[in-house]
Amino acid sequence: MTQVLPPTGTTPLAKREARLAWGLLAPTLTSVALVVVLPLLAIFWISFKPIGLSDLRPAAPVVRESLRGSDENMRIEYRVRNSSQDTEVTEVTLADTIPSGLTLRALPDGCSLDGAALFCDIGTLEGGYNERLRIPATAADKDAMEALAEGSAPIVTGESDSILTNFEFSFVNFARIFDGDEFWGVLGVTMFYTVVGTIGALGVGLFAALLLDKSFKGQGILRGLYLFPYVAPVIAVAFSWLILFDPFSGSANALLIQMGVTDDAINFFGEKPLALIMVTVFEIWRYFPLSFLFILARMQSIDTDMYEAADMDGASPFQQFWYLSLPQLLGILSVLFLLRFIWTFNKFDDIFLLTGGNAGTRTLTVNVYEQAFAVSNIGAGAAVAVVIFLCLLTFSVFFFKYVSREEGL
Amino acid sequence: MSVLRQGYVIGPIIGVIWVFVAAVTVAVAMSFATGDAFRPSALYSLIVGAPLGVACLGAARGQLILAAGCAGFVLLMLLGIGPVLTEDVGVMGKIIAGLVLGLAVCWPLLAFLKEAHKGEMTRHIFEDAVIRFLTGFGYVFFTAIVFIPFYVMVMTSFKNQSELIQNPLDFSLDLSKGWDLFRSYTELFADFNFGTYLLNSMFISVMAVFITLLFSVPGAYAVARLRFKGQAMMSRSILLIYMVPIIVLALPIYIAFSMTGLRNTIIGILLIYPVTTIPVALYMLQGYFRGLPAEIEEAGLMDGLSRLAVIWKITLPLSLPALASVSLYVFMIAWNEFLLAFMLLDDPSKFTLTRGIASLNSSEIPRQHLMAGSVVATVPIMVLFLGLERFMTKGLTAGSVKG
Repeated sequence: MTQVLPPTGTTPLAKREARLAWGLLAPTLTSVALVVVLPLLAIFWISFKPIGLSDLRPAAPVVRESLRGSDENMRIEYRVRNSSQDTEVTEVTLADTIPSGLTLRALPDGCSLDGAALFCDIGTLEGGYNERLRIPATAADKDAMEALAEGSAPIVTGESDSILTNFEFSFVNFARIFDGDEFWGVLGVTMFYTVVGTIGALGVGLFAALLLDKSFKGQGILRGLYLFPYVAPVIAVAFSWLILFDPFSGSANALLIQMGVTDDAINFFGEKPLALIMVTVFEIWRYFPLSFLFILARMQSIDTDMYEAADMDGASPFQQFWYLSLPQLLGILSVLFLLRFIWTFNKFDDIFLLTGGNAGTRTLTVNVYEQAFAVSNIGAGAAVAVVIFLCLLTFSVFFFKYVSREEGL
Repeated sequence: MSVLRQGYVIGPIIGVIWVFVAAVTVAVAMSFATGDAFRPSALYSLIVGAPLGVACLGAARGQLILAAGCAGFVLLMLLGIGPVLTEDVGVMGKIIAGLVLGLAVCWPLLAFLKEAHKGEMTRHIFEDAVIRFLTGFGYVFFTAIVFIPFYVMVMTSFKNQSELIQNPLDFSLDLSKGWDLFRSYTELFADFNFGTYLLNSMFISVMAVFITLLFSVPGAYAVARLRFKGQAMMSRSILLIYMVPIIVLALPIYIAFSMTGLRNTIIGILLIYPVTTIPVALYMLQGYFRGLPAEIEEAGLMDGLSRLAVIWKITLPLSLPALASVSLYVFMIAWNEFLLAFMLLDDPSKFTLTRGIASLNSSEIPRQHLMAGSVVATVPIMVLFLGLERFMTKGLTAGSVKG
């Protein structure tokens, strides 16, 4: 008698399910690959290449055609120019249609005429150079011919070696960003912003959650109000802060002077240590609602019986908070800490809008923008981005170690 | 610690601190409301607060103290001394400030100390009083820090440049101007194309919501329900993706878009925005799908529905609340997005609202326009959010979401 065994390996049903799963995931995976993975690879690629914003357009020949002189000296002139100052363009060719009524008297070397089609092989154009082709010609009506000849645009082609796509790599960008004290200064600012911003947002959020962890009239309204900083567009609130703390006509300064706290207006977002503190305070202000929301949700799921028992045993309110609430909140607090830490580390808009990275507030992310667009050195910007990405990977390892222990996240 | 627990110690301490907090609050509020000079005084807070704290200790006749407090503070204000000092303020302003101060000091103080008593207190009573004091302080503190920036934003948009420079504290509205108050708004829509920006933002955000749902619902279902190799890895890498900073991606996207001519097009923006929101949406939805009972779906399968029909006829109707919160959240991200719009859009006819506000930030354009633009961008999202707050808070905490 044969023994009945459960099927081994993947059954057809399981295979079909897996196929369906991949099918359902396919659109997401493709789009994510196109917009996240590909750019990430590109960033790594670019970071090893010393390129600037102007190198994005590859070197190409540019042509200008004109009909000049008259009678004996009448000639068509093609001026072919290399668009780049330092990259050579090879195998440059030019093709144009000669209008009927215009007769070419002689052809320069490398040019041939087939009916009305003119073709010239110009060869190599060095960077920054230009080449003039003068072709003597005769025409009956010069003005009409001039319009006709210049009306048909000549076509030029050329091969150039684009620095973006060739296989030369260098560590110039990394040498440049790690060179000097600037990078370590930027890293220090980033760490201060991230650590203080994260802990601050958590602490303030915890305080706010403790306030609203009881039901009373208007609790819903207050909860909605406390979420405003997080929900409003960052650009709107950042500009409101800038206007509120403006050194010349800001209300905050007027208030402080009136109350006698300070004699002169304080330049909140323009002085060295103060600007960093202000952007960190802004970060705390903007993101405490998020921590508050999560902590409150966790608090409301704690059983109240426990507090009643503690009350019977004579535990004081602070003891109840310290020995009962806090241990239960530790899980959500540590997860929030890691998440907020990573996101604060990645934050760009806030500082960019508030100070533009000036007055000692340049973080790594702002540095990417500064290098790539303000200094027009895309390579260096990409190198900073790679550094950010590597930091992020390190944090993520920590994150997953903790998150796997925490359910719900 | 036991010294602190003496009623004669803790009462005056709380009294002094609270009087000062109330004085600062009233001074700031009155300054912002009227533009006149109100100033809190630490010294007078000390002098007034200490005896008041003792008086409120376990006070049986609360109303009496309240009435006496209000009268006393009005009197102090009129005499020109007391926790809030004034310069060139009319009698009416002083009386109002005094009344408000009296209420703001006495009423909470009575509540803080109603169970406390003179002499040594038990730890429980003592901490209760401290906690009530901290709670009161917290409400004032949070309401102030959240409210003031938005108040400044709205009120600045109703002013004009010269008024703003003359007295930066004066936010009172001159109602006699009538509709002229809204001048910066009409100018924004007439001269600065804000109507177009508003429509663009609307269109882009709504489209982003649709595209995101279209992609993330099947994906989330696959991750949550179907068994396949790499399922666990997939649900983790989703999280990883939405930790990648946008600025790192923005650079290559900028290069690619410049080369392909997608820069400066709404299509280009619509290609990018959903990808930043799909991982978040996928994560939130898969959490919700996991929570739905699988038995209903299995019953559907047994009755002959295909998987896709199960998703359409059973899973989606059951997860409408989750879909609402995800939509709201995605809409919020797309509406508030600034960096990509700023980098990729140069043509004013394609600006989103956030990009439009950024273009107002120049020294030639008066700041009330900047603030009016901010209000225009903030109000729709606030209205939407307050209307659907229930979904928002639930969805945010259920899916644990990006900031």
